Amino acid sequence: MSRLPSPRLTGLYLPVAVLIVAGLLVLPLAIADQPFELRMATLVFLFATMGHGWNVLGGFGGQISIGHGLYFGLGAYTSAVLSVPHSVYPWLGLPVVILVPTLCGVLIGVPCFRLRGHYFVIATLVVAESAFQVFTVWDWVGGATGLEIPVRREGWLNFQFHRDKTSYYYIALGMLVLVTVGIWWLRRSRLGFLLRAVRDDETALRSLGFSPQAYKSIAMAISAAILGAAGMFHAQYVLFVDPFSVLGLQISVLVALFAILGGSGTLFGPILGAAVLVPLSEYSRIAFSGSGRNVDLLVYGFMIMLIAAYQPDGLIGWFRRLSNLSQRTGVSTKG
Amino acid sequence: MAVRFRGGEACVAPAGLALRRADPQSGETMSEQLIVQLVVSGLGMGFIFALIAIGLTLIYGVMDVVNFAHGEFIMLGMYVTYLAYATWGADPLVSLPFVAAFMFCFGVAVYYLLIRRVIRGSMQSQIFATFGLMVFLQASAQFLMGADYFAIRNSWLSGVVKLSGIVLPVPQLAAVVGASVATALLYLLVFRTSVGRQLRAASQDAQAASTLGINVSLMYALAWGIGAACVGVAASLLSNFYYIFPRVGAVFVLLAYVAVALGGFGSIHGALLAGVLIGLLQVVIGFFVSSELKYVPVYMLYLVVVLLRPRGLFGRT
Repeated sequence: MSRLPSPRLTGLYLPVAVLIVAGLLVLPLAIADQPFELRMATLVFLFATMGHGWNVLGGFGGQISIGHGLYFGLGAYTSAVLSVPHSVYPWLGLPVVILVPTLCGVLIGVPCFRLRGHYFVIATLVVAESAFQVFTVWDWVGGATGLEIPVRREGWLNFQFHRDKTSYYYIALGMLVLVTVGIWWLRRSRLGFLLRAVRDDETALRSLGFSPQAYKSIAMAISAAILGAAGMFHAQYVLFVDPFSVLGLQISVLVALFAILGGSGTLFGPILGAAVLVPLSEYSRIAFSGSGRNVDLLVYGFMIMLIAAYQPDGLIGWFRRLSNLSQRTGVSTKG
Repeated sequence: MAVRFRGGEACVAPAGLALRRADPQSGETMSEQLIVQLVVSGLGMGFIFALIAIGLTLIYGVMDVVNFAHGEFIMLGMYVTYLAYATWGADPLVSLPFVAAFMFCFGVAVYYLLIRRVIRGSMQSQIFATFGLMVFLQASAQFLMGADYFAIRNSWLSGVVKLSGIVLPVPQLAAVVGASVATALLYLLVFRTSVGRQLRAASQDAQAASTLGINVSLMYALAWGIGAACVGVAASLLSNFYYIFPRVGAVFVLLAYVAVALGGFGSIHGALLAGVLIGLLQVVIGFFVSSELKYVPVYMLYLVVVLLRPRGLFGRT
């Protein structure tokens, strides 16, 4: 089924969204001297952006990938490689950073999109894991030790800020807003409808003369491009890339998790997922820090099970019911 | 004697694959010995993969759910084996049936407490329910046992045996024998008993089966129980020659997924064949080409096979 917002909802969305963005713009004034909260907010924006990227292919297109860490990693690595020996300004490298994951995604999609269901899921997993293993032995990109991006003078041109990290916050927020607006447009466009048709009934779409393969490739391209840009932000933010931190399986899983637990195939699902789960994970980590016993993950895993069991539509379903925005009860869970 | 290891994963040699290089006495016997050892090592891992994959494919075949916590079932089975050894001195061979029984109960409990609630949901919510279970089990292990590495030393099935001049590792041989026996028993259960017939009926058409008076929910629970018990047997055999740590499942489960998909989701024969094939392939490639990249050819093999046969080797269409 399509998840079109009713006209009543769209009327409400815009002022609320503007209000939230305005609030987020002034938030650093309140938390500028709290590096932990500032970093967490930046991470929420980053993961929400990544969730959006996953959502284009997995939520709208219905092609569930557990290998999207690959495109994030490719973006991060491309940005790092451009910064290390060639010292290209990060911003100038952006087109390349986006192009590399996009091309790889489309190429990988050519064979993989012929697969359906779990065969596709495992294929994405397998491709990403292969890339991970190759990167750990590939000396040109630093092998298992990774690449360090040299520290330069701080400033917007160099994408480096050493004393005050607020600028990273604004860059991440800007990225998220840009991507959210893009997704909002995409959902309402002809392309968005066709993507959801791929998810809902591929055979019917084909019988109408459309090529599902082509639309899956387009979705993959958009998806990989967003992940690549997010990867570049991550690389320039932490100034370090290695296979474990940017290409590992946990990135792939987290990206999908934020989108799905928030509400896959919806506009605000990935944002909601990141906004709930990142603080949950960060706060439970400091709350139980020092024990070294991973209590945060214990809580985290339990929450994921609870949400999956009781709110299969994602948090957004609960949110909708709670705020009584939707009159429809029992929104279909089949996606 | 139990030996505790501390430190990162990097210090752990893939113990199961530790090949004893032959004495450099004569070239011919060395290469012959090497090949036999490689094959035994590969088969040992292969049958373990196969048993894990069969558990996974059984659950999938009966109810179309992929258990992403399967690796953590292995981890749980290994910890239970270790605890039985450390507490009561029970050899893994003695505790094996009890571990299998424990895992059976655990699988049934997982079905009733978690899976039953998501079975009508989308594939996404199922994936993430079992994924949440995976995170939860891994964190529980670390919470209760710490991040230390444990190993069971000097179990009955340890050391080497010399067969006409060729030195073979006993744990791997035991893995081949034990996993074969377990697989044979499973075949008997699924294809030769009335319970097995009911299981297969529930997997083919749940609605029709339930009109015939088969308790489908019970069959689902049984599939989870048997699937977990297979993992219990694999874990028990594995603990003779592999370190035990909270993330041990990840090492095996990824290849088990590939085995399941390669063999065709839901096909027991397929999982068996693909598991053994993968075990052999990764050992041979790890030895002759590169130990860091030993899984990449396995992954590529999966892609090639599913592209030629989109339902795997033996998958249902």
